[in-house]
Amino acid sequence: MITATVFQFFGDNTSLLLDQCVWTLKMFGAAFGIAVLIAVPLGVWLGHIHRGAFLAINISNVGRALPSLAVIAIGLTIFGLGFLNVMIALVILAVPVILTNAYVAVDGVDSDLTEAARGMGMTGLQTLWRVELPIALPLLFAGMRTAALYVVATTPLAALAGADGGLGDVIANQASYRFVGVVTASLLISLLAFAIDGLFALLQRSATPRSLRGRRGIEAKGSVLEAT
Amino acid sequence: MIGILAQGGSGPVIPDFGGGGAGNSCVRDNGFFCWNWFQQNWSDTFQPRLIEHIELTVVALAIGFVISFAAALFAYRYKWFDFPFTTFSAFLYTIPSLALFQVLVGITGLTLATALIPLVTYTLLILFRNTLIGLQEVPDEVREAARGMGLTRRQILWRVELPLALPAILAGLQIAAVTVVSLATVAAFVYDHGLGSPIFDAINRGTFKTELIGAGGLAILLGIASYAFFAVIQRVATPWARYRRA
Repeated sequence: MITATVFQFFGDNTSLLLDQCVWTLKMFGAAFGIAVLIAVPLGVWLGHIHRGAFLAINISNVGRALPSLAVIAIGLTIFGLGFLNVMIALVILAVPVILTNAYVAVDGVDSDLTEAARGMGMTGLQTLWRVELPIALPLLFAGMRTAALYVVATTPLAALAGADGGLGDVIANQASYRFVGVVTASLLISLLAFAIDGLFALLQRSATPRSLRGRRGIEAKGSVLEAT
Repeated sequence: MIGILAQGGSGPVIPDFGGGGAGNSCVRDNGFFCWNWFQQNWSDTFQPRLIEHIELTVVALAIGFVISFAAALFAYRYKWFDFPFTTFSAFLYTIPSLALFQVLVGITGLTLATALIPLVTYTLLILFRNTLIGLQEVPDEVREAARGMGLTRRQILWRVELPLALPAILAGLQIAAVTVVSLATVAAFVYDHGLGSPIFDAINRGTFKTELIGAGGLAILLGIASYAFFAVIQRVATPWARYRRA
């Protein structure tokens, strides 16, 4: 019964819902992109020079403890209502997980390998680029995957902070879209989350050398477990 | 109650934040953080909301733990149960919190249950997985040694396996607690409860900064405190894990 009404709602409001999907994806893409640009180089570099372990590891613990709505609320006092604030909050929530995984991934590369690379005459950058990064890639993608889910799941909150919330606008406005609208938009968000998770699972898999595939440690880190 | 949210952006902010009256220029000008206002409203706004938030978190965590602990023990004994329960709780976990709260309004109305049920469902996956993996990772030699000593299956579970799984279980509780603190602020959107209430109130009043910083700051402190709380418990309850973890 509810499935039929959901399909009918989707049929009646296809263009609106697709627009909101696109906007949700744009929000996700912008925030996630900025977070990756900040966190990956920093984490990889810290891991490469084996410095800042305390910062790199604890930042994700603190980051995980930050309630998303509270971050948005504090941001409102500085940046005011609107897109910018939501974007900054999403970036703040995504950076710690990516940074920590990038650090752990590069820092954890077997020192026998990096020393062998040095012994072969590779410079520091060459070692990073040709030895450390390829080995670190699966774990790095695992962090991005967790962060991506977190960001997608948080985008609807934009609707509560005076910004264009994409599908969140439909979800937050039960008065106009009624129960069926909320359910439909929720399903679409979940679908987006699943699709993005699947995409990263694929990336993670293709980045993992064939010989390492199926090892639990690497796969398990990327499970939905750590996202919120 | 919801449609008004977006209006603050346009036009001048009308300073109707109350509490301070004409005498409190900080509140009238919507200053960054008016310590006076925060103090005046501590006992009737912030403190009760903080306590509600803690209560909500503790209750959700307790219910979630009882369900997932039982499910994990069952899945540990009967392996087929692992996949369906993981799939089910993972599905619940991917539903955006705001959506789950809103959907439940249509079923359980504007009640405490509407706030509580999603909070419980978000703990299930974490607590179930961590408990089960903690149990499964007990080394076989330990289990066999216990059997050799003549312990029954139940004795092995309670005296050997569960104590060894404790670090994993506590780590799960830690993540779950932090998650619930965070999502409980969103719950205030459908049920006037906890630290989310003053946040939404402040947004509706035209982004009243003092209230936003007060409530948002308390929520952040509570999140960090609950993280630290379980870190301490982990240290105290599992002294043998201290060296391994480092």
